[in-house]
Amino acid sequence: MTPQTEIQLIAVAAAAACALSGTFLVLRRMAMIADAVSHAVLPGIVIAFLLGGGLGSPLLAFGAALSGVATVALVEALQRTKLVKEDTAIGLVFPALFAFGVVLVSRYADHVHLDVDAVLLGELAFAPFERMIIAGRDVGPRALWIAGGALVLNVAAVSVFFKELKLVTFDPALAAALGFSPLLLHYGLMTLVSATAVASFDAVGLVLVVALMVGPAAAAWLLTDRLAVLLPLAAGLGATSAVAGYWLARWFDASIAGAMAVCVGLVFLLVFSFAPRRGLLARRRMLATQRREFAMTLLAVHLAQHEGTVDEADESRLASLHLHLHWDEDRLRRTVRDGLNRGWLRREDDRLLLEDAGRSAARTVFARAWPQGTGTTPHRI
Amino acid sequence: MSEALQLLWTDYTLRNVAAGTAVLGAVSGALGCFAVLRRRSLLGDAVSHAALPGIVLAWLLTGSKAAPVLVAGAGITGWLGAAAVSALARRERIREDTALALVLSVFFGAGLMLLTVVQGRPDASQAGLDTFLFGQAAALVERDVLTMGAVGGVAVLVLALFWKEFKLLSFDADAAAVAGYPVKLLDHLLTLLLVVAVVVGLQAVGVVLMSSLLIAPAAAARQWTNRLGRMVVLAAVIGAMSGALGAAVSGLAPGIPTGPAVVLAATAAFVVSLLFSPSRGLVSRRLRAAARDRRLRSEGDAS
Repeated sequence: MTPQTEIQLIAVAAAAACALSGTFLVLRRMAMIADAVSHAVLPGIVIAFLLGGGLGSPLLAFGAALSGVATVALVEALQRTKLVKEDTAIGLVFPALFAFGVVLVSRYADHVHLDVDAVLLGELAFAPFERMIIAGRDVGPRALWIAGGALVLNVAAVSVFFKELKLVTFDPALAAALGFSPLLLHYGLMTLVSATAVASFDAVGLVLVVALMVGPAAAAWLLTDRLAVLLPLAAGLGATSAVAGYWLARWFDASIAGAMAVCVGLVFLLVFSFAPRRGLLARRRMLATQRREFAMTLLAVHLAQHEGTVDEADESRLASLHLHLHWDEDRLRRTVRDGLNRGWLRREDDRLLLEDAGRSAARTVFARAWPQGTGTTPHRI
Repeated sequence: MSEALQLLWTDYTLRNVAAGTAVLGAVSGALGCFAVLRRRSLLGDAVSHAALPGIVLAWLLTGSKAAPVLVAGAGITGWLGAAAVSALARRERIREDTALALVLSVFFGAGLMLLTVVQGRPDASQAGLDTFLFGQAAALVERDVLTMGAVGGVAVLVLALFWKEFKLLSFDADAAAVAGYPVKLLDHLLTLLLVVAVVVGLQAVGVVLMSSLLIAPAAAARQWTNRLGRMVVLAAVIGAMSGALGAAVSGLAPGIPTGPAVVLAATAAFVVSLLFSPSRGLVSRRLRAAARDRRLRSEGDAS
C-alpha cells in the first residue's frame, strides 16, 4: 500500500467510526458532548502518559476514554445540583479539564513528545510512518489498526445493541418501562463515544472528531427517517468527506484534518440545500406550492360563497376581484391562471365562474371547517 | 504571597499581563451573564472557534499582523459563525447543539486549513498566528491592554445603555416582543457584544479556552444573588480577579501558561461558589437540611 492509500484508509475508518457513534449524539441532542468529551480526553491522555504509558499504549487509550466518561458524569452531576443549566455545565467542565491537561503538559511533559497542537489538530500526514510490527512483520500503519479497531467496535456495538439504542434514543420512558436501563445504555454510549474520540484523535485531531461525529449524522438525518438507513448513510457521508478532504488538502498543500472538516461542512451544506424533502430548496418549493394551492382554494371558496346571491356579479368581476380578496393584481392573475388550468374556473366575459370541480373543492373546505352539526354553518352552498 | 503581590506591581511585563487578563475577565464576566442566563453558554465556544479563519484571512488579505486588524477579522467570522448557528438552529431537525458543534468544528477546520496554506509560504512572520490557539498573554504590551480596555469598555457601555431591554429579553423574551421592543435587533446586539468579548480575549487566552471566561465567572456570580445587576457586577469582579490571579500564578510558576491558569482560577471561583454560597450552595443546603431534620426529630420527641 502506498502512504496515500494508507492515509485515506485511516481517515475513512475514523470518519465512519465517528459517524456511527455521533449519530446517537445528534439524535439525543448531545452534539456538544462530542466537543466536551473530545477536549476533556486531554488530561486523561497526559496522566496516562506520565504514568509511563508512552504514546500509543493501551493505558493511554484507557486513561483518555476514562476521562471522557468522567466528563459526562461530571456534567450530569453539576446539572443535578439544579444550580446550573446543562449548557453552562458543559461549558464549565470541559475547558477546565482541557486547561488542566495543558498545564500538565507544559509542567511535566514538555521535554517529551506530547504536543498539544498535535492532539488538537492531528498528524494524519505522518501516520504512515509509525508501523505496527507483529512478530517481526510490518502489518501496516499503527493508526490504521487503531482507527479500524474503533470502526469494528462501533459497528459491533451499534448492531448488537441496535434495538436498545433505538428505543432509548426515541422513547427513554418506554425503554425504562420495558426494563432496559437508560442509564446503563447512556453510559455505554458515552464510553463508546470517548473510545472513538480517543482512537480518532491520534489520526485526525480533536476538532475534526467533533466535525466527523456531528456533520455526517446531521446531514444524513435530513435524508432519511429510518435509523437503519441513517447509520450507514452517515458513515458513508463521513467517509466521503474524509476522502474529499484528503484530496483538497493535497491540492492546497494544507492541513488534512482542516480540509476534512471543511469537506464535512460542504457535504452538510449540499445536503442542507438540496435534500429531496427536507432541503432548503425543497422546502421553498413546497411552501410556494402550498401558497398557490391555498390561494386557489380561497378563490374558489369566495366564488362559491357568493354564487346565486344578489352581489354575485359584483363579487366575481375579474377587474375588481383582487380588491375583495385583499390581493394584489399579480397574485389574482396567477391564481386565476392556476384555477383555469386545473379546470376549477371558467371565464365568462369579465366574470369568473366556478366549474363543478372548483365548487366541490370549496365544499370540501366548508365541510372541514364546519363539520356537520357543529356551530354556525355558512348560509349558502 | 506578598512577594507575588509586590511583583504584580513592580514587574512591568507581569503588570501588563495581569492588567490585560483582569480587563478581559471583567468584560467577559459581565457579558457572559447574559449568555448563561439565556442558555447560550456554548455560543461563545462556537464564536471563538469561528474566529480563527477570520484571523488568518485578515492577515492574509492585509499582510498586517497588528492586533486591531486581526481582531476585526476575528470579529467578522466570529459573528458569521453566530449567525450561522442561529440560522441553522431554526430549521427542522437541526437542533441548537448540532448547529453549534457543526459551526465550531467546520469554521475551525477552515481556519486550520487556511493557516497551513499560509504557513506553507516561506515567510517568517507567520509563526505568531498559531499563538491564537492558546493565546499569548505574556506578549501583551501596554497598548494591547489599553485597546482591550477601550473595546471592552464600549461593550460594557452599550450593555449599560440597553440594560432594561436586555434584562427583559433575557427573562421574558415574549413579553419584550409584545411590549413592542425590537426583539430580533436586541438579540443581534447582544450576540454582537458576545462576539466582542470573545475576540477581545482571544489574544490572551486563545480560541480553545475563551468560552470558559464567559461562563465560569457568570455561573459563579449566579450562586450568590438573584438580582441581575448584582450578578453582572459580581461576575465582572470574579472575572477580573481570576484574570489577575491566573496571570500572577503563571508569572511566578514558570511552565504554566496564562490562559489555562486563568481558566482554572475562574473554575475554582465557581466551585467555591457552588459549595459555599449561603443561599444556594451545596454545603449550606446540606447544613440546612440537617438542621431541619434535627428540629423535626426533636419536635417529634416532644409531642
